[in-house]
Amino acid sequence: MSLLGKLDWSAIPFDQPIIMGASGGMILAVVSVLSWVTLKGYVPYLWREWITSVDHKRIGIMYTVLALVMLLRGFSDAILMRTQQAVAAGGSQGYLPPEHFDQIFSAHGTIMIFFMAMPFVIGMMNFVVPLQLGVRDMAFPTLNSVALGLTASGILLTNISLAVGEFSKAGWVAYPPLSGLQFSPGVGVDYYLWALQISGVGTLMTGINFVTTILKTRAPGMSYMRMPVFCWTSLAANLLIVAAFPVLTATFAMLLLDRYLGFHFFTIGGQGNPMMYVNLFWIWGHPEVYILVLPAFGIFSEVVSTFSGKPLFGYRSMVAATMAICVLSFVVWLHHFFTMGASANVNGFFGVMTMVIAVPTGVKVFNWLFTLYGGRIRFTVPILWSIGFMVTFVIGGMTGVLMAVPPADFQLHNSLFLIAHFHNVIIGGTVFGVMAGYNYWFPKAFGFQLDERWGKISFWCWLIGFYIAFMPLYGLGLMGMTRRMQHYDVASWQPWLVVAACGVAVILAGIVSQIIQLVVSIRNREHLKVTADPWDGRTLEWATASPPPAWNFAVLPQVTDVDAFWKKKQRERVQAQPASERKFEPIEVPKNSATGFVTAFFAVITGFALIWHIWWMAGVGAIGIFVTVLAFAFRDEEEIEIPAEQVARFEREHEAEIAV
Amino acid sequence: MSVAVAVDDGVGHEARPSASEAGPATKRIVVSYGFWIFLLSDIVMFSAFFAAYAVLAQATAGGPSGVQLFHQRSVAIETGCLLASSYSCGLMSLAIGSRRYGITYLDALVTFVLGAAFLVLELREFAGMIAVGAGPQRSAFLSAFFTLVGCHGLHVTAGLVWLVVMMAQVAIKGFRPTVERRLLCFSLFWHALDIVWVWLFTVVYLMGVRS
Repeated sequence: MSLLGKLDWSAIPFDQPIIMGASGGMILAVVSVLSWVTLKGYVPYLWREWITSVDHKRIGIMYTVLALVMLLRGFSDAILMRTQQAVAAGGSQGYLPPEHFDQIFSAHGTIMIFFMAMPFVIGMMNFVVPLQLGVRDMAFPTLNSVALGLTASGILLTNISLAVGEFSKAGWVAYPPLSGLQFSPGVGVDYYLWALQISGVGTLMTGINFVTTILKTRAPGMSYMRMPVFCWTSLAANLLIVAAFPVLTATFAMLLLDRYLGFHFFTIGGQGNPMMYVNLFWIWGHPEVYILVLPAFGIFSEVVSTFSGKPLFGYRSMVAATMAICVLSFVVWLHHFFTMGASANVNGFFGVMTMVIAVPTGVKVFNWLFTLYGGRIRFTVPILWSIGFMVTFVIGGMTGVLMAVPPADFQLHNSLFLIAHFHNVIIGGTVFGVMAGYNYWFPKAFGFQLDERWGKISFWCWLIGFYIAFMPLYGLGLMGMTRRMQHYDVASWQPWLVVAACGVAVILAGIVSQIIQLVVSIRNREHLKVTADPWDGRTLEWATASPPPAWNFAVLPQVTDVDAFWKKKQRERVQAQPASERKFEPIEVPKNSATGFVTAFFAVITGFALIWHIWWMAGVGAIGIFVTVLAFAFRDEEEIEIPAEQVARFEREHEAEIAV
Repeated sequence: MSVAVAVDDGVGHEARPSASEAGPATKRIVVSYGFWIFLLSDIVMFSAFFAAYAVLAQATAGGPSGVQLFHQRSVAIETGCLLASSYSCGLMSLAIGSRRYGITYLDALVTFVLGAAFLVLELREFAGMIAVGAGPQRSAFLSAFFTLVGCHGLHVTAGLVWLVVMMAQVAIKGFRPTVERRLLCFSLFWHALDIVWVWLFTVVYLMGVRS
């Protein structure tokens, strides 16, 4: 038994030029960013203002940065797969050997779902929800920071797998028996499992935090039916997190026990039941797609209403539809595997439920359309993303209903038709949503707007690129091409795959435009500077300065309506009030804490040690986490007080722009 | 936790149209509400293990089944210990409410001893089963059994560690609001473990020996 468990020099794939190049580039990038930060002397600033910050706005921005970085990582996997499939026809094997290709599609799915879409959505919620609720922070600010840290730990472990060892080759769903020890003896599946277990705990913390925040801490007067729709959809998404993520944790725990201690949950021997894994996985997995898309629905609702200059059409039906989806998402899981061999009645039930869940979604689409109808629409970048979403998502939804018919699904199961379908709804729904939100709330977060021209270029590249990349996959699926093929012999597929690869190139142009947009905007920030309310907004986040102070609101707003801020602006237009001399009181804000960072540090150590069977190190990591939590529990001061004078000074400086 | 700014208490209750418009709740409510949500999520996790157990309960792979392995007397004593510890935990909450240090420590000690006794009995049961070749590697049924019961046991262990930490906090920090809120969460946790055990007792042990 070696001191380093299974870890030795053979873990580093020196014979694989592509992997060595990629991981070398990654390490170089990380080292150069770190040394640049150190040389410039930014470390104390970053530590004080960001890493130890428990401010929900800062945490939200850090989540978003993580998501953007991982979008690049996941997208580079997509480029590899599309180019491989464009060339690997007939006699050609392409440039990626099967065991590498398998890692790439597994990493692509895992990263895009767990480490791109989830952090992006959670980042948006973190930044926006407390502001929209008109309060000063989340219910549990330090827990929020720990959740961020654990998400980052999962991301770090996944990226370490690129250089040290390997990643899972069992797909992003890791079905046993393939993912069991018998058929995946390497560390790949262990990287997958521990990275997701650790980040999953973080996600659960986020869920608990948001449910409590939304249900228990809202500004005075904000009853449930006065909450902005984004808060409603966030509530639904986080209820789903609380109810679904524990199932994933339990399922992965069972697979880990199978792999580490020879248990027989999902093995072929010992009367284990591999299909149980598939059921449990999708009992989490289907709610998960709504965890991703419901907040995006909320973003579209805010954007459509703001840029149409109208209240959202059918607010109550929107809320009802959201909560209906929240409940129904738990009774459709079996449609991911109609081919399991359940009876016709079981398949029939889940097919019908899947069609039923399309109804509230349809309600939402009509609500957005009727909000746009008759509105004075300003075609800014966020509304472009929203309109692009409506067209794209409806197509994706329709193909989903097609596959909800079990006999049709028997043909389409695991074909590229399915791949096209879920990219159609996840890119068209979630990604377009977070892009709309990113452009919409960026000025609130940083006090300057993103460049419109590059934003529009990026949108059109994404939209057109999406259609070129994924519409051919529908055809290929109907022609019989299955997913995850490193190589194929059917020559007639190749032209379609070449077209799809061209589509990826157009999306790449969209992503490059987004990077340019960010750089150009930062360079022109003085010119793009905005006040508190650049979009003529309707909800409370626009009522405070851009960027908002640490305490969000000097005085908690008094809410009397939906669209609280809009109504207030209208009232003030009618009766121009004299600026009354306001009295400010000292405000308590939560104290910074290194707990999140230190916990994350030890979580990475523990995870890495468990992956490589370095038991002593796993013990050190676990004790480290315990001691960190203990130190947090015994700290004496939890809050610092911002003196009334400082609050008053901030308010005076921003008087012109703050409306509350 | 800055959100827990007290709403102007001068406003009378009749002036507030409804509870949902009252503004941010107090810290005590926020903390215990959040902990309730955590407990619900924990119970969802248990439900996944319960489901796995239900699916695999007959999958003995030619090995021993529950009828041959479970000793009802020992399990009855275990159950008695755990339920009694919930009672003493309740007494501890009352002692905390009336700020009595001595009785708080005494009740915590009783709770700890009963919880530890429960764990010892459970571990003895596990060791006995492993000794006769009925460990978790024997069959899918035993994998599910050890995981479900062991997961509850891990929770009890975590609860015992937490209880020790809380008594240290009471000793060092006294009954300040933070400590009281944590004690409230602890007692919720301890009672929730009882609820899970009642289910576990029914599904695993009672239904298991019925063959």
